[in-house]
Amino acid sequence: MSQKSSPENSVQDKTFLELVEELPPERESVIPALQKIQKSQGYLPEDALETIADYTDTPLANVTGIATFYSQFYLEPQGDHTIKVCQGTACHIKGADDILDELKRELDVKAGEVTSDGKFTLTNVRCLGACSLAPVIMVDEDVHGNLTTEKAIEVLEEYE
Amino acid sequence: MANTTKTKSIEMKINGEVVEGDQGDTILEVAEKNGIEIPTLCHMDQLEPTGACRMCLVELVDSGEVVTSCTQPASDGLEVETHNDRVEQSRKLNLELLLSNTDVNVDCKSEETRCELTELVGKYDLDPERFSGEKRSHPKMEDNPFFELDHDRCILCGRCVRACDEIRGRSAIDFVNRGFKTKIAPPLDRSLTEGTCQFCGQCVDACPSGALTSNMRIDKGNPNEVETTSTICTYCGVGCRMNVHTRDGEVVDVSPDPEAPANDIRLCSKGRFGFDFVNREDRLSQPLIKEDGEFREASWEEAIDLVSDKLGGIKEQYGPDAIAGLSSATCTNEENYLFQKFMRATIGTNSVDHCARLCHSSTVAGLVRAFGSGAMTNSIGEIRDADTILVTGSNTTESHPVIGLEVKKAVENGSNLIVADPREIELVQEGDADIHMRQNSGTDVAWLMGMINIIIEEGLVDEEFVKDRTENFESLKESAAEFPPERVEEITGIAEDKLREAALMYGEADKGTILFAMGITQHSHGTDNVLSVANLAMVTGNVGKESTGVNPLRGQNNVQGACDLGALPNVYPGYQNVDAKENQEKFEEAWEADLSPEPGLTVVEMMNAAGEGDVKGMYIMGENPMVSDPDIGHVEKSLENLDFLAVQDIFLTETAEYADVVLPAASFAETEGSFTNSERRIQKLNKALEPKGNTRPDWEIISELSGRLGNPMNYDSAMELTNEITEVTPIYGGITAERIKDKQGLQWPCRDEDDPGTKFLHEGEFSRGLGKFHSISYRDPAEMPDEDYPMTLTTGRMYYHFHTRSMTGRSKGLDELVPEAYVEMNPADATSLEVEEGEKIKVSSRRGEIEIKTKVTDRVPEGTIFIPFHFAEAAANRLTNPELDPIAKIPELKVAAVKVEKIG
Repeated sequence: MSQKSSPENSVQDKTFLELVEELPPERESVIPALQKIQKSQGYLPEDALETIADYTDTPLANVTGIATFYSQFYLEPQGDHTIKVCQGTACHIKGADDILDELKRELDVKAGEVTSDGKFTLTNVRCLGACSLAPVIMVDEDVHGNLTTEKAIEVLEEYE
Repeated sequence: MANTTKTKSIEMKINGEVVEGDQGDTILEVAEKNGIEIPTLCHMDQLEPTGACRMCLVELVDSGEVVTSCTQPASDGLEVETHNDRVEQSRKLNLELLLSNTDVNVDCKSEETRCELTELVGKYDLDPERFSGEKRSHPKMEDNPFFELDHDRCILCGRCVRACDEIRGRSAIDFVNRGFKTKIAPPLDRSLTEGTCQFCGQCVDACPSGALTSNMRIDKGNPNEVETTSTICTYCGVGCRMNVHTRDGEVVDVSPDPEAPANDIRLCSKGRFGFDFVNREDRLSQPLIKEDGEFREASWEEAIDLVSDKLGGIKEQYGPDAIAGLSSATCTNEENYLFQKFMRATIGTNSVDHCARLCHSSTVAGLVRAFGSGAMTNSIGEIRDADTILVTGSNTTESHPVIGLEVKKAVENGSNLIVADPREIELVQEGDADIHMRQNSGTDVAWLMGMINIIIEEGLVDEEFVKDRTENFESLKESAAEFPPERVEEITGIAEDKLREAALMYGEADKGTILFAMGITQHSHGTDNVLSVANLAMVTGNVGKESTGVNPLRGQNNVQGACDLGALPNVYPGYQNVDAKENQEKFEEAWEADLSPEPGLTVVEMMNAAGEGDVKGMYIMGENPMVSDPDIGHVEKSLENLDFLAVQDIFLTETAEYADVVLPAASFAETEGSFTNSERRIQKLNKALEPKGNTRPDWEIISELSGRLGNPMNYDSAMELTNEITEVTPIYGGITAERIKDKQGLQWPCRDEDDPGTKFLHEGEFSRGLGKFHSISYRDPAEMPDEDYPMTLTTGRMYYHFHTRSMTGRSKGLDELVPEAYVEMNPADATSLEVEEGEKIKVSSRRGEIEIKTKVTDRVPEGTIFIPFHFAEAAANRLTNPELDPIAKIPELKVAAVKVEKIG
């Protein structure tokens, strides 16, 4: 009845629509559509979720549920680079907590947040599957192993 | 879809005992059928099972496997244990883990409040702190006036989400986030008021842990002291049965009654959250007498004396026809019966009418002529099995929400849906309709007869039905030939292709049903519209069979009953004409009084006669013509012109302000009797509270007044009246006070004690014998847009308010959500008039003008505006046209020519 309409965003909506249009307009397309938007925008803007809901004829509540369920999706803009600090068993034993703490201090953010200059998003993840290199972090697609707190800070400089 | 084949039964063993179930049952269902109680939390009979909560685990004896009984199909020879140590231990552990991060709502223990979690904790005697861990701590959701969600008490069973989705089709909430952070929320952390939620409370009623609670209950202390009464909703004509919860003389909450025949467990926002008006401080509680233009309180004795003196005096001086009475579609059958009996037997006039005149009088006039009976032919529950549904002039989802859900359910199950409405109603906006015909307002005869024309040409006439069951087909054929598609397009604006598509869709349906309401009836040619609908149904053989029919959706809770019981100027109870000698004699004997054979005045005629001084005195019970009637300016002058006006109501309404005496009545929650819903179902209204203050039930007031006027009508209870009704009303002949105690009620005709009632009418034979086709010619609405008044105004209802808002306007939540009137205007018109969203504009017609806020929306077509008629302060009926249909005397509330101007 009182579905929110946002005509002022129509230009942007069209862009989002163009991004997902090649998918069949059905509920099964929600996840691929979210992936396409995220890949293009780096995150999922609210308007994009509404576009996907309309396009796939899926209630917005369901689209939001899906988007917030999977850790691959972000509802907020992310930093230029994403740091994933492994918290798996091997890394944990080898001092992953210290590395995470050091990165938090250095970047002045909590896990899950973006630095004020928009450069980095800091996250912690369960296991990156590189236990032999523990403790490990990943920055974007690059794996950095056998770290110490000092080395971890040095790694960041590569991405300045 | 209807399942006619008998289900095969199966035999299995539960806890060593051989038990029976039906093929397709789950283990849980077989257990329930055999009285074996398996605890559940995420399960609800009305929802698809998900097996999420793990409370219903049972052990399969053969494999030793533990499975969720709510999802596991039962099968022949299966053996299960439901309460052995292993499963009971697992349940306890499961519960303890659930409690580790949930706050148990200890205030919520009683069965009525449906707090199943608390009950289970008590039953297993658990220590909620055994695994005491971090609690979820999301801020409460308090974004709407009706209910709140306390996440600390939520066990994430998902019942609310599934109820919203599966029962209501709204999907307003879902799980968001993951793991420990999961919570139930509207999308994107917005407010529920911004999304698809319609505040029906289905989620609240589904919640097993007291996380979702109605605001009324939150304010009202310990729910263990609450009393519950199953009764009938007093808003629309669906006739929803519900449980009213009371405490200390107040309504504290409402919940669905699972045994409800018409609505199952569904209520709408008004029916779920709109009853706090009963508790209002501004309820009338003492009779009022007007002196020097001011009301003062008076005793019942004095007030009744004054009313009887005045009415008695007018009768003596000017004769009984100088008095007119308005009965009420909100009051019970018993009260309507008594009111018309009072007007006829005590006053001596047939001038008794009620607001059915303004809604479905043309339905009654038309369907009686075509079929012999003027009510919904089929039942609400049959809609979901129709192949094709034609909805016209009915904004079903807003005006009859539960019937709207049935239509949506039918569409979900594969039914075709045709909507004919100038507005894009929700059934169109939400994609339910296959075809939307957007006719110009007031041109219904043309497209209906045009469809018949195509059906005849395409050979889709049900020849056998027409031959055996109807008469006058040749005349219909000639008449329909006057409506070729090109002419129809010219008149209605409906493209030829679309009309053809609709005609074929309805014409080819095996079971086609037509639902209609005021968009068909409220016209100066309303009876012609209804006759055209009847023609269409008969020509395709869609009457007298299950899931077919012609179904007028009645507006008010008891408008059907008020008509049935003779609150009409031309008929006694049971539609027995007053001008037939044998009927007059029958009622003279039954009521021991001389009766008038002259049909009385209808609603608008009464107001005209009052204006001209022919009617001197009026007695109005539970009606508010100062908001509901067309051309209110005229109504105002007429009421002022009366020598005497008595108004009986629960609030000091806009009409009561004009009264000389105001009699305070008990509300629906404070009286008993019966209501007849739209599908002719008579259901018992039960008393949940004592009458507030010094109010009295309407029937008591009428009977006291009658006694004072020299015609004693003494009844010990309303139910004594029920039994009197059965004696004089053949269609109610089997409807005794005793029989309607059953929650299913009875559907008329129900002629004697052994008659089970009638689910659908005209099976085998029409009430009048043969169904009669009518030749119809097209007439424009009485007032068409012109240079001075270039736009068309159409009026109607909206979901959150009812009728003249005397109740919903005094319901806190409903009033907060929609506090003021608005006019819907097409964006193109808004642009050309340079009007913005929310801007106050002036709308005027030849009869009056109002100022009202603009809502820019393409729900209305260009050139047409829509105003809901509920709001007294910007009353649509200041503008509407009182031009009458010549047969039914219904005014043309749906079409008026208006002018729209910017203010300032």
